[in-house]
Amino acid sequence: MKIHEYQGKAVLAQYGVPVPKGKVAYTVDEAVEAGKGLGFPVVVKAQIHAGGRGKGGGVKLAKSLAECEAIAKAMLGMTLKTHQTGPDGRVVRRLLIEQGVDLSGAKEMYLAILVDRASGRSVFMASAQGGMDIEEVAAKDPGAILKETVDPVVGFRPYQARKLAFGLGLPPDVVNKTVPFMLSLYRAFEGTDASLVEINPFLITRAGDVLALDAKINFDDNALFRHPDLVELRDLDEEEKLEVEASKFSLNYIKLEGGTVGCMVNGAGLAMATMDIIKLAGGAPANFLDVGGGANADQIKNAFRILLADPDVKGVLINIFGGILRCDVLAEGVIAAVRDLSVKVPVVVRMKGNNEDKGKAMLEESGLNFDTADGMSEAAEKIVRAAGGAR
Amino acid sequence: MSVLVNRDTRLLVQGMGKHGTFHAIGCRDYGTNVVGGVTPGKGGTTVEGFPLFDTVQQAVDKTGANASVVFVPPAGAADAILEAADAGIPVVVAITEGIPTLDMVKVWARIKDSKTRLIGPNCPGIISPGEKCKIGIMPGHIHMGGPVGVVSRSGTLTYEAVAQLTALGIGQTTCIGIGGDPIIGTNHTDALTLFNQDPATEAIVMIGEIGGSAEEEAADYVKLCVKKPVVGFIAGQTAPPGRRMGHAGAIIAGGKGTAAEKMKAMAAAGIRVVQSPADLGTAVKELLKKK
Repeated sequence: MKIHEYQGKAVLAQYGVPVPKGKVAYTVDEAVEAGKGLGFPVVVKAQIHAGGRGKGGGVKLAKSLAECEAIAKAMLGMTLKTHQTGPDGRVVRRLLIEQGVDLSGAKEMYLAILVDRASGRSVFMASAQGGMDIEEVAAKDPGAILKETVDPVVGFRPYQARKLAFGLGLPPDVVNKTVPFMLSLYRAFEGTDASLVEINPFLITRAGDVLALDAKINFDDNALFRHPDLVELRDLDEEEKLEVEASKFSLNYIKLEGGTVGCMVNGAGLAMATMDIIKLAGGAPANFLDVGGGANADQIKNAFRILLADPDVKGVLINIFGGILRCDVLAEGVIAAVRDLSVKVPVVVRMKGNNEDKGKAMLEESGLNFDTADGMSEAAEKIVRAAGGAR
Repeated sequence: MSVLVNRDTRLLVQGMGKHGTFHAIGCRDYGTNVVGGVTPGKGGTTVEGFPLFDTVQQAVDKTGANASVVFVPPAGAADAILEAADAGIPVVVAITEGIPTLDMVKVWARIKDSKTRLIGPNCPGIISPGEKCKIGIMPGHIHMGGPVGVVSRSGTLTYEAVAQLTALGIGQTTCIGIGGDPIIGTNHTDALTLFNQDPATEAIVMIGEIGGSAEEEAADYVKLCVKKPVVGFIAGQTAPPGRRMGHAGAIIAGGKGTAAEKMKAMAAAGIRVVQSPADLGTAVKELLKKK
C-alpha cells in the first residue's frame, strides 16, 4: 500500500525521525491557515502517489501569504503529469504546506531500506548522490550506493549506521546525528511492516542538522491486518476505480493501457501467461484479472461486471484451469453472468480440468453466444479474431 | 523415483481447519500417508479419521512424521513453520498465501542453515506421481509418473504445463511449486540441483515469472552444472513495470526482473525457452526424443 508524503512524514516523526514542520491542506483556506501558522517562506507540495512532482510543477516555494494562496489555488484540482503518473496524470486533491528549509550550503543524500529477495534480509542503502533518480545512480556507478544487510536476530546495529555515515563522507559531528536518524528510520521500517522506506533527499543543512526532506513509504499489504491505523491512511482517490471495486470481491484486477481483450483467469501465473499468449496471437490484453483458486458463481459475475465496465474491452477470454474449482460450477457462473448482464461482446471460454466435459456441454446447451477452445493458443487466436485485434 | 517426497513420506497437516482438512483428505485419497494433524486445543480427538495433536513435537513423537504441510492462516503461519522446523521435520510445505514479508525474513534466518527444507510459502505444494505422494492443493489426476521434473513459481500455470505433458504421455518424477512470494524456502536453483542429482529425472521444466533475479541465477547454474535438457517459460512478458501482478514477488521494479531479461539469460545458458505457454509440452517431447 502506498501513502502520501505528508502521511509518511507523520509516521516517521512518530518514530523520532526529524522531518520539516508541515500541515496537510484540502482547500485554499486550509493552505493559507497552514502558511500563517508556519511563517514564510513555505513550500507547497502536491500530494499524489507518484514521484517526479517537482519537474511536473507540483512543488513550489511561496514567500508570502499571497503567493501561498495563489499557488494553492492553481495547484488544487490541477492534473499533474510526471514520469510516474502515466499520460493521464493525477488530479491533485491534497497539498502539503511545509516550512521552507534553507538549502544554501546544504547537502542532499539518499537513504532507503527494503527487503532484498536474494539474501532474504532487509538492506539499508545510502548514497551521497541524493536528490536525483537513484536508479540512474545505480546504473552509472553501482559503487556509489553503500549497503548494509540487516540480521533480523539483532536488528540494524549502530555500528552499521556508523559504517554508512562515515562511508558517505560525513564529518564526525554530523555522523553523531545521522546514526540516530538511521536507527529511527529502521525502527519505522520494521514497526510499520514497510516494504520500502526511501528518504530522497536526506538533507544535511549548512549548520549540520539532518532532516528527511522527502519521504516515501510503502507498506506490505500482507501485514496490514496487524496495522489498522495504517490502513486508515489509504487514499482510494489515488487508485484505479475498477481495481478498488475488484478488491472488494477478492478479485485481483489491473487495467492495462491499449488492450482490447478482457481476460478472466484463475491464478496469477496463468493470468500473466494468458496475457502473453493474447499478445502472441496478435492482440493486446486489456487487463490482468485473477479470480483466485476457489472462485464461486458470484465472483465470476462480479469479475464480468468489472471487465465490461472498461469501454476498451471488445471481447472476453476466460481461461480457467479447474483444480479445486470445478468446470461445471464455472460454466454455471459464466452462463448466469452473461444472461444477467446481457453481455454483448464475444466471449471465448477455455476450461481444463475437473468436469471439463460437463462444463463445455452446459455452455453449448445454454444457447448463448459462447465460443469454446481446447488449448490456450486456440483460445487466444479465437478471441483476438473476434475482438478485432489490437487497437 | 522422485525428489524430496516419496512412498516413505509420513505427512503431518498443520492447521486442520476446513481448508486444511479438505486438502488432507485430497492428499490421502491420492495415496499420501497422512499420519495426523495439528490443531492446538484439539489434541486427542480425530477429524475425518486423522488423529489430532496439540503441538508438532507431540505429533512427531507419536507418528514419526517426516514432512508437514502448513494451512495455518497468515497471522500464525510463520510460527507454524518455525514449530515444524523446531521439531526437526525435514520437509515443510507452506501453502498459506499472504504471510507478511518481515515474518518470512525471520523464518528464513532461523531455518536456512537447519535440517529443514521449506517449500513455499504461497505455493501449490509438491507431488511425486510415480510414488503416489501428493503434498498440497494441486489436482492429482492430471499428473502421471515419468521422467520429467517440473519447478514453477505459479499454481495453475504449473497445472497447465503438467496437463500438457500428461496429454503427450510424458510423466513426471516430481513437480515442485516453489511459490510466488519474495522470500521462499526453495528457489529455482535449489529445485534444479535436486533434479540434476536425481537419476530418474531426464528432463526439467522450469516456469518463472517477472520479478527478482532467481531465474537468472538458475540459468547460471544450468550453464555450469546441468547436462539434462531444460525447457523454460517466463510469465509476464506483457506485464507493465511497477505493478504487482497478483503474486507479491511478481513485480518489475527499477527496470529489473523483466521477462525479456530472464528469457535472454536462460536461452544463453542453453535452456530451450518457449515464447508461448502452450508450447511447453511439445518442447519437452522434442528434447526427450533427441536424447
